[in-house]
Amino acid sequence: MSGCKPSKAPVAGVSSKKIKIAVDPVTRIEGHLKVEVEVKDGKVVEAKCVGGMYRGFENILVGRDPRDASQLTQRICGVCPTAHATASVLALDDAFGVKVPTNGRIARNLILGANYLQSHILHFYHLAALDYVKGPDAAPFIPRYDNPDLLTDRIKDAKKAAAVNQYGLDQYLKALEIRRICHEMVALLGGRMPHVQGMVAGGTTEAPSKEKIAKYYARFKEVIAFVKDEYLPLIYTLGTVYPDLFETGAGYKNCVSWGVFPLSDTDPLDLLLKRGAYIDGKDVEVDPAKIKEYVGHSWFNQSKSGLNFAEGETVPNVDKAGAYSFIKSPRYADKACEAGPLARMWVTNPELSEVGQKMLKEKYGINAKKVRDLGDKAFSIMGRHVARAEETLYVANAIAGWLKQIVPGESTYMEYEVPESGEGLGMTEAPRGALLHYVDVKDQKISNYQIISATIWNANPMDDMGQRGPIEECLVGIPVPDPKNPVNVGRLIRAFDP
Amino acid sequence: MGLNRREFVKLCSGTVAGLGISQVFNPKVIQAMEEGAKKAPVIWLQGQGCTGCSVSLLNSVHPKIKDVLLKVISLEYHPTVMASEGDMALEHMYEVAEKFQGKFFLLIEGAIPTKADGRYCVVGEKDGHEITMKDLALELGKKSLATVAVGTCAAYGGIPAGEGNLTGATGVKDFFAANGLADKLVVNVPGCPPHPDWMIGTLLAAWQYALGKGPLPELDSDGRPTLFFGENIHENCPFLDKFDNDELADTFMDKDKCRYQIGCKGPNAYADCYKRRWNGGVNWCIENAVCIGCVEPGFPDDMSPFYEEG
Ligand code: SF4
Ligand code: SF4
Repeated sequence: MSGCKPSKAPVAGVSSKKIKIAVDPVTRIEGHLKVEVEVKDGKVVEAKCVGGMYRGFENILVGRDPRDASQLTQRICGVCPTAHATASVLALDDAFGVKVPTNGRIARNLILGANYLQSHILHFYHLAALDYVKGPDAAPFIPRYDNPDLLTDRIKDAKKAAAVNQYGLDQYLKALEIRRICHEMVALLGGRMPHVQGMVAGGTTEAPSKEKIAKYYARFKEVIAFVKDEYLPLIYTLGTVYPDLFETGAGYKNCVSWGVFPLSDTDPLDLLLKRGAYIDGKDVEVDPAKIKEYVGHSWFNQSKSGLNFAEGETVPNVDKAGAYSFIKSPRYADKACEAGPLARMWVTNPELSEVGQKMLKEKYGINAKKVRDLGDKAFSIMGRHVARAEETLYVANAIAGWLKQIVPGESTYMEYEVPESGEGLGMTEAPRGALLHYVDVKDQKISNYQIISATIWNANPMDDMGQRGPIEECLVGIPVPDPKNPVNVGRLIRAFDP
Repeated sequence: MGLNRREFVKLCSGTVAGLGISQVFNPKVIQAMEEGAKKAPVIWLQGQGCTGCSVSLLNSVHPKIKDVLLKVISLEYHPTVMASEGDMALEHMYEVAEKFQGKFFLLIEGAIPTKADGRYCVVGEKDGHEITMKDLALELGKKSLATVAVGTCAAYGGIPAGEGNLTGATGVKDFFAANGLADKLVVNVPGCPPHPDWMIGTLLAAWQYALGKGPLPELDSDGRPTLFFGENIHENCPFLDKFDNDELADTFMDKDKCRYQIGCKGPNAYADCYKRRWNGGVNWCIENAVCIGCVEPGFPDDMSPFYEEG
């Protein structure tokens, strides 16, 4: 792909009149989402994100045995069940006052870590890539936009375009296998995927045998090679064909990361990906009391908008005036913040991969050692894909370390009694962003359970103060030269992996 | 394709030594499937679900998922994998439903909320009006050759229909029956999520039926193919003799005993997990922890608490 000359997206029908476009359904995401944008002079000037589905896990959980929560809440998302399981067991550990043994902490990291690899690979190749790569001329790859702005449209040399596209397509198919292998890694320690049985309060259910660790490792080697040799180079190369997408979709540039992958048994904040927030250009420490959920434009009743999760209420009301989404608007210190790989990598600011450093220099002339050296380019459609790919390798490298630390056959689980009452908070990171579970136990039953998931941070509607949600804000300003083919709208949304 | 029902059953259910529906998918069969797919495409809708069934389908080993997508089924509409979006995707779906009226398979993942006029799940927008899962499932259900309810949510309501739910979530068969489609053929492939073999194996049987080359798959009283859901897990469990001898584990860490006391619902669950296993055969729920009976109509309420005996 290298050396090809990028061309501009095909331009048709730029209008100075305001044109409303609704994309519903937004596809290649998990769940139901609609987006409504107003386009003027070829750019988005107003945007609304509409979450169209409500199940009500919070209400279904009330009155149940708290230990069931880790099983039930996993079923919120089939792409990232292990993350919900993790948030849930952290909340339960906290409520029950149980301390997970070292081997259990590492086993949990290996379970969640393997699904990070799965989820990021699935996201880029099978959800996002069809915005760039042209699939075969058969269902489910057709129909597609008339002006899809794919690689084959951008690269002028037809032969080269075809070759590059074929490479992308081969990768799409290979990635199907790789992500399946990642699921096998999760299953080896967690029972089966999607939805692991093995993640429980107190640790995990299986002290992995030598044999299982060896099987995990054999698969891991294949996956990390794919990430290093194919996924990362592909992302950076893609950026050379779409340099404009490094300049598109900045948004608020506010980030939250609760942090994930505990590295120590004693210090809960010693995490591989750090806990922190980045607000108005400054790093700040996270204080859970500053998390509030607004419902002014959400189909929910609340005694009061702007409640902290510990006072959380989830009462749907589809007839509420002025509301347009089943998603609440969580705010950190009253700011709309994005969550996800970019937020985590920005907060943690680790060194970029060797591939990344080299390619940034060669192809873009950027001398970058760390994530933040990308500067404003990070807050863009392409920047979010880069952050995700870099994070995939970062987590994979950590997995290599945990594999050396885990002790075959040694207990991963601590016995405990479910107390009469207790309160627990589980803060972690799903592959797609900050995830929080809160549980209140009374009479050994759940009396309140509240969940603030990643997509809630990113895809929320306007809050009571009139601030748009992060994806809405990112959408404003993105180029839509041809309203009949609003390619960049979907690209922007999918860069978040909602 | 010259595969009679007996052979088909044998190949699908396999033996403990050589599992899976893999053998069915020799090149000849794939060719026949391609033919079938052209005649009977698939429209896959998602209601109140987590996409876990779709993700599980991607884990298919035999046949490889790329063959499933490129050769075996013609997946004309699937919100998580199709390239198109918005109007274009919906228009295509309506066109296919029209063109293949009475011939296409409708696959539904997720429960259908019936309260508030179905507004708890909106799946698209047409001419400025929202399309609810409730209305779309009915419209396409009517036109389809048969409907496959994929996963426990679609089959029986699952978690969205659990106690405490406010949305009137329901499974496809009950929903159809309450809306004048009681006669429509609905095949349930439960599981939270279902094993990829169960989904693809059932579709394969459905193709055979659609092509006039096989009978309707045999269904149990809960509408599940007996091929995959005909046997009780406990009766076939590798720990059955431990159970019979009262050797019961009292902690997850005790891997040599039966898991009944720590919550295993195998005695109440009917599926072939005990021999098929999961994720390329690397593990399964009971080897790891316990069975929570995810394939049963009473899941989750009747299986809960998951980690208590009973
Ligand atoms: S582990 Fe479960 S299925 Fe197996 S014998 Fe015990 S109770 Fe039955
Ligand atoms: S073993 Fe039980 S919980 Fe696991 S998939 Fe089978 S039926 Fe579901």
